[in-house]
Amino acid sequence: MHIFTNPNYNFLRWRWHAVALSWVLILAGLSVIYTRGLAKGIEFAGGTSVIMQFDQTPSVEVVRDALNKNYPGGGQDAIVQTYGDPSLRQVMVRVPQVGAEQGAALSVRAQAIEQALQKAGLKPTVVGTEIVGPSVGEELTQKGLSAFVLSLVGILAYIAFRFEFSFAVGAVIATLHDVLVTFAFLAFFRYDLSLNVIAALLTVTGYSTNDTIVIFDRVRENMRKMRRDSLSEIINISINQTLGRTVITAGTALLSALALFFFGGEVLHGFAFTMIVGIVTGTYSSVFVAAAIVTFWRRSKPSKLSTATAAPVAASTTPAARKSKSQRKARAS
Amino acid sequence: MNKNIRWKVITIVAVLVIFSGVGVYPILASYYRLPSPGWLQQKQLKLGLDLKGGVHLVLRVQTEDAVRLETDQAAERLREALRMRTIPVTSVATPSIAQIRVEGVPPAQEAAFREAAADLATNFDRSPGTNGSYTFTMKPNVQNQLRIDSVVQARQTIERRVNELGVAEPQIAEQGQNGDEILVQLPGVTDVQHAKEIIRSTGLLELKIVEGGPAQTREALMQNGQVPEGMDIVPGNADATGGGTVYYMVRKAAAVSGHDVTNARPAVDQNNLPAVSFTLSGEGARKFGTVTETNIGRRLAIILDNRVTSAPTIQSRITDNGQITGVTRDEVNDLSLILKSGALPAQLSYLEERTIGPSLGADSIRSGVTASVVGLMLIIAFMLIYYKLSGVNAIIALLFNLIILLGLMAYIGAVMTLPGIAGFVLTMGIGVDSNVLIFERIKEELEAQHGVRASINAGFDRVFWTLVDTHVSALIAALFLIQFGTGPIRGFAYTLIIGLASNLFTSIFVSKTLFELALGRRTHQQQQAATLSI
Repeated sequence: MHIFTNPNYNFLRWRWHAVALSWVLILAGLSVIYTRGLAKGIEFAGGTSVIMQFDQTPSVEVVRDALNKNYPGGGQDAIVQTYGDPSLRQVMVRVPQVGAEQGAALSVRAQAIEQALQKAGLKPTVVGTEIVGPSVGEELTQKGLSAFVLSLVGILAYIAFRFEFSFAVGAVIATLHDVLVTFAFLAFFRYDLSLNVIAALLTVTGYSTNDTIVIFDRVRENMRKMRRDSLSEIINISINQTLGRTVITAGTALLSALALFFFGGEVLHGFAFTMIVGIVTGTYSSVFVAAAIVTFWRRSKPSKLSTATAAPVAASTTPAARKSKSQRKARAS
Repeated sequence: MNKNIRWKVITIVAVLVIFSGVGVYPILASYYRLPSPGWLQQKQLKLGLDLKGGVHLVLRVQTEDAVRLETDQAAERLREALRMRTIPVTSVATPSIAQIRVEGVPPAQEAAFREAAADLATNFDRSPGTNGSYTFTMKPNVQNQLRIDSVVQARQTIERRVNELGVAEPQIAEQGQNGDEILVQLPGVTDVQHAKEIIRSTGLLELKIVEGGPAQTREALMQNGQVPEGMDIVPGNADATGGGTVYYMVRKAAAVSGHDVTNARPAVDQNNLPAVSFTLSGEGARKFGTVTETNIGRRLAIILDNRVTSAPTIQSRITDNGQITGVTRDEVNDLSLILKSGALPAQLSYLEERTIGPSLGADSIRSGVTASVVGLMLIIAFMLIYYKLSGVNAIIALLFNLIILLGLMAYIGAVMTLPGIAGFVLTMGIGVDSNVLIFERIKEELEAQHGVRASINAGFDRVFWTLVDTHVSALIAALFLIQFGTGPIRGFAYTLIIGLASNLFTSIFVSKTLFELALGRRTHQQQQAATLSI
C-alpha cells in the first residue's frame, strides 16, 4: 500500500509561503501571550489547588457562590472547574498565591476552601491538594529553559558532527519553530503551562529533530550519488523520497497522542495536546522549514561541501535539471 | 535453518524470557495473586506517588540559620575570652549573619586582643578598622560547608523522624539548584498535617539563663529601646498550660542545646501535668552542671523553637536530667519523638506540598492503562492494514519493545508515574517509526527490482545509521529532561530513554531476524521469484 505513488512535489518552491505561515502563527501566538499572558499551571504560578469529590457534583456556579460567601477575601480570583471524568464527581478549586507565605501557612488556604464549601452545605471529600510556594516557579522556569537550551545545543553539536553545520542550523531552527508554534497553540487554546506540558515540549524537541534527521540523512546520501544536481534539487528529491515515511510516522505518533488525549485523563490533557500540536508542526517543519533554512544558510555562507557538490551546477539550476528529475530519482534509489 | 539464524533466534527467545520474567510476570502475579519468589517481588515495578497516593513535600532548609548560629556562638566565645583577659571593649556585635564587629579595643591591649581572638582565626578572616575596631568575616568556604552540613543534617533528622512515624518506603532526598531543598515523599500517608508538623518542628531545645523578665511586653525589657548586647528577648507561656504570652530576656548563647540531648520520653511533672523528660550526653551534662552550679537561685529558661516553655528557678546543681513542662498532653509524644531524633540545624520552609488521595491515583492508573491499550490497538490496526504481513513483524517488534521496557524498568527500580505511562504510549507511537523507516526503504528497493532478499538487506543496512542518528538526538533531549525534572517527569524521561534503547535493538535485530526466518523457509528458487507482503 502506498500513501503517495512517486511523489514529486516541489516543496522548496513553497518555502516562502511556509515561512510566512509560520511567522503568522508565531506572531499571533506571541501577541496573544503578550496581551492575555500565558496561563501558568500551579507549578509555575504558585498557589493552592484542591480537588474534591462530592456525592453529587455541584455546578461550578454553586461552588463559586460558596467561595464568594465564605472564603476569606472572596472567590473572585479562584478558578473553579469540574475535574476528570464526570462520573468521578470531582471539582477542582484553585486560588492564587498571595504574598510570600511560608511554613504551616502554606496549607491554610486549602483548609479555608474546604471549610467555605462545607459552610455552604456541600459535603466535599478532599482527594488531592497541591500547594506550591512562590519561589518554585522561578526555579522551574530557569531549569526548564536551561534544559531546553542545552538539549538544543547538544542536538546542534551532534548534527554538526554527523552532518555539517548548515544542517545543524536547519534542524535547530526547525525545532525552535516547533516550540514557538506549540506555545502559540497553547496560548490560543488557553492550556495551562504545567510541568507535564514542558515535558511534552522537550519530547517534541526530540521528535521534531528525529523527523528532520531522517530527511537530512537522505539528503546526505543523495549528495553522494547526485553530485551534479543543485542542493535545492537534492533536498526536494530527498523530501519526496521520505515523504511516505514522514507521514506514516506522524500518523502513528499522532494515534498514540490522540489515545492519550481522549483516554489519558485530566492530568495528561495538556501533555497530550502539546504532543498533538508538536507532532503536526514537527512534521510540517521537517518538510518545509528545516531544509529551507539549509538552502538559505548555504546561499549566504558557502561551505566546503557546497562548493564541492552544489556550486558547479548552481548557476545552471533548473529548467534542464528539473526536466530530468524523474530519471535522477530512479538512479537515486 | 542456518546456524547464524539459529543463534539469533536463541538470543531473542532468551531476551524475551528474561525480560518477561522480570518485568511482566510480577505485575501479573500481583494482579492475579500468583506465587512469585521474593527476589522477584523486590524487583517489581514501583508505582510513583501520583499513582499510589501519598504526600509529596519540598522543603527549603534556611541555611542562613546555621551560619548565623555559628557567628553568634563565635561572638559569645569572644566576649567570654575578652572578659577572662579583662580587655574592655565598647561592643561586640554581629551586624550580619556572617560578621562579628568589635569596637573600641584599647590601643595598649591590641596584642592581647589579637591573642584572645586567635580562636576565631580558623573560621573567620580578621580585618582591622580605625579606632581599635575589628571586623571578623566568616570565610566563604566555611560558610559553604556550614550550609552543606546543615542540609545534610536536616535530611538525616527528617529521615529519623519519618522512620519513627513508621512510613513504608519513604523517599527523602536533597535536590534543587542550590542544593538546599529536601524532597520528602511519604506514600500512603493521609494525615498530612501531622506529618508536616513532625517534619517541620525545628525541635531546637535550648537552656538559657534568664537575665530579665518575665514582662508583659517586649519593650519593657529593652534598655534605651534596644535589646542589650549579647541578650535576646524570647516570648514564653504565661502559665503552665501554655496560655498567654510573656517575655523573658535571656543570654543569647545557650548553656546547653538540643545537640546535647541523647534521649527524651513522655513523663509527668510534680503537679501530675504532662511533661517530657530528657537526658543529656556526658559533655552536655558537664556544661549543664557548671552552669547550674554557678547560677543557683536564678531562673533557667527552657526554650523550644524560640519559645520559653517554662523558666524554673535553679535549686541545686543539675547534671544529666531535665524536664520540659508546660506542654499539652497531645504534644508530649510528638515532642519526645522530635527531641530524640535531634534538632534541625536550621528552620525549614515549605515550597511545595502535594497530596494525592488513593482514589485519585487509582483513577490515574485506570485512564493511563486505557490510553495505553487504545493506543496500542490503534497502532496495531494501522500497521496491519498498511503493511499487511510485514505489519505482523513490526507488531512483534513493538510488543518485544514493550516487554523489554517493562523488564528493564523493573530491574533498575525505576518508578512508574503517570507521565511515565504517557512515555510508554508515545514510545509505542514513535517507536514503530524505526520499522516504518525500514519498511519504506525495503519498498523502494523492491520497486527498483532488487529482489526480496537484497531489498531486505539493503533496507536494514541503509537505514541503520539513520536510526542511530535519530535515536541519539532523541536521547540528547531525554537526558536533559532528566536534569530538568522532578519525580513524575523523571519517570517519563527514564521511560523514554529505556524505550529508545530497546527500540534500537528490536527494530534492527528482532525485525531482521524475523524477516530472515520467513525467507529461510523458502528455497533459493522461490526466493528469487518471491514477493514480500509489505
